[in-house]
Amino acid sequence: MSAAPLTNPLLTGRVTFRQTLFVCAVLSFAVLTAVFLMSLIGSEQLPIGPSLCALVSGGQNPCGLTAEQFSILFQIRLPRILLAATVGASLAAAGASYQALLRNPLAEPYLLGVSNGAAVGTMIALVFLGSWELSRPLLAFSGALAATLVVYRLASGRAGATPERLILAGVIVTTFLSSVIVFVTTLLDATRIRSFTFWLLGDLSGASVSLLTVAIAIALAGTAVLALHARSLNLLMLGERDAFDLGVEVSRVRVMVFLAAGLLVGSSVASSGSVGYVGLVVPHLVRLSLGSDNRMTIPAAALGGALFVIVADTVARTIIAPRELPVGAITALVGAPLFIYLLRRGR
Amino acid sequence: MLRVKDLSVAYGTRTVLENVTLQLLPGSCLAIVGPNGAGKSTLLKTLNGSLKPLRGEIELEGKSIQHYRRRQISRRIAVVAQEAELRFPVTVLEFVLGGRYAWASTSAWGWETEHDLEIASEVLRETELLDLQGRLLGELSGGERQRCLLARALVTEAPLLLLDEPTANLDLAHQAAILSLVRGRCDRRNAAAIVITHDLNLAAQFADLVLVLMQGTTMALGGPAAVFTDKLLKQVFEVDVLVDAHPVTGVPRLTPVHRMNPS
Repeated sequence: MSAAPLTNPLLTGRVTFRQTLFVCAVLSFAVLTAVFLMSLIGSEQLPIGPSLCALVSGGQNPCGLTAEQFSILFQIRLPRILLAATVGASLAAAGASYQALLRNPLAEPYLLGVSNGAAVGTMIALVFLGSWELSRPLLAFSGALAATLVVYRLASGRAGATPERLILAGVIVTTFLSSVIVFVTTLLDATRIRSFTFWLLGDLSGASVSLLTVAIAIALAGTAVLALHARSLNLLMLGERDAFDLGVEVSRVRVMVFLAAGLLVGSSVASSGSVGYVGLVVPHLVRLSLGSDNRMTIPAAALGGALFVIVADTVARTIIAPRELPVGAITALVGAPLFIYLLRRGR
Repeated sequence: MLRVKDLSVAYGTRTVLENVTLQLLPGSCLAIVGPNGAGKSTLLKTLNGSLKPLRGEIELEGKSIQHYRRRQISRRIAVVAQEAELRFPVTVLEFVLGGRYAWASTSAWGWETEHDLEIASEVLRETELLDLQGRLLGELSGGERQRCLLARALVTEAPLLLLDEPTANLDLAHQAAILSLVRGRCDRRNAAAIVITHDLNLAAQFADLVLVLMQGTTMALGGPAAVFTDKLLKQVFEVDVLVDAHPVTGVPRLTPVHRMNPS
């Protein structure tokens, strides 16, 4: 593996509960700071003091912001930033868990085809059940699970799934689902096609309050379920047979992790499309600096993912302002080179 | 401690173990020997519950193994298997503490207790890994990694140890060190061990009982002196073996006689 001091969890040989609490506290503070700072930035710059005052008051007190500024802050930016945080946390926690469960540092919702599975589910909901908003996360979840099962089946041979085999299976499923998506898109009228293409690459602008609430609830619950399986994942990461010998009920843990991760990916795709590579970049950075113990990695990756997507989305909406990029374009710009690096290092 | 009666195991339609019967008492060491493909590893996997037998009974501490939950088995049986490929960096201490999983009070969440850490550091001392506990497993030599595997098994405090070729790829000193650790557990803590090995001389030295398997059937089961005869070894391994007494320890000493004569 790579250089020793970096990968060594805090130099003591193991991660403790207190270290995990400390790291999570620091990261939570960083997320809150980012939520605040990024909500000031945009086509309309908001003043620091009054905005902070208004945010802390929970929207009860305008604190001297004009009505327009107030509504930009609370109607446009804050929901979008909270959605970015939710999506980032969901994808990163799911990615970290897929990696441990599948013993594969390259596993990631987008690359495994899980995101596309969820995207197909969402589109079906949009086209056929358009008025019922909650059908989107539901069908996205089903799509994510179906894609997970197919990829897992395709990849696991007699000798178990090698990292490359899993990624190949993911690519096959992804391309297949992409053509399904194209097919469904042609059923739409022309005015909606552009917003769909945008959404497919990850778009955080279209969040409704009810979808956002659902997404936040799922992010919290799903991450908690994954974190509760972290100790089992620690052993699964080293091999299914070893884990079984040491007492892990392998099939039960696998089902739970697939379900929880599928929920996380499903709800984030339903609300914002496929934001790629978050589940790859963030867990990798977390492992590099804090070690591989999933009791640390999963919660830290969730918080780090929130931070990453908040920043990436701010870049996406400001870099060519007044026009916007899909946030997925920014995350892929960071993620794809890292993926190539990981793939090469694995040899 | 362990009773196996008429155990048969099949992969699909192919029977790989047939009517194996054995009994293991606390404090004893059983060596399983036999040519490749004799069913040695299959037997070990079945004893541990990872393969379902076709027929027969496995009793652990007087109760059929089917009636144990996974974690209950893991508190009683520890396995040292062939090393799996590492894909994530873990430290020696993290790896070894994995052996405490089955003792966690909650099913999967939770952190190691002080008690877990004490057991781990005692085992790390025994296995001479204390100085390496903060190092990454991937940076260690093959022998050190093998000791980590053994340490993780010992940390489970399971009274029955199953070891699949624990000394393969080790130099002479480390072979002896690993087996004397296992032997020590059996003698001092009334543990029992089942060891698969290809090294018949090693088996003769540390084992109380030797089980010779060939094509899934028991060829012999008994003390080393009774089992290791030139006739049986010729039959099982198809090699002429000279059997005499070891001049120092008195256990059977086996010397294969290879006639390197091309003509």
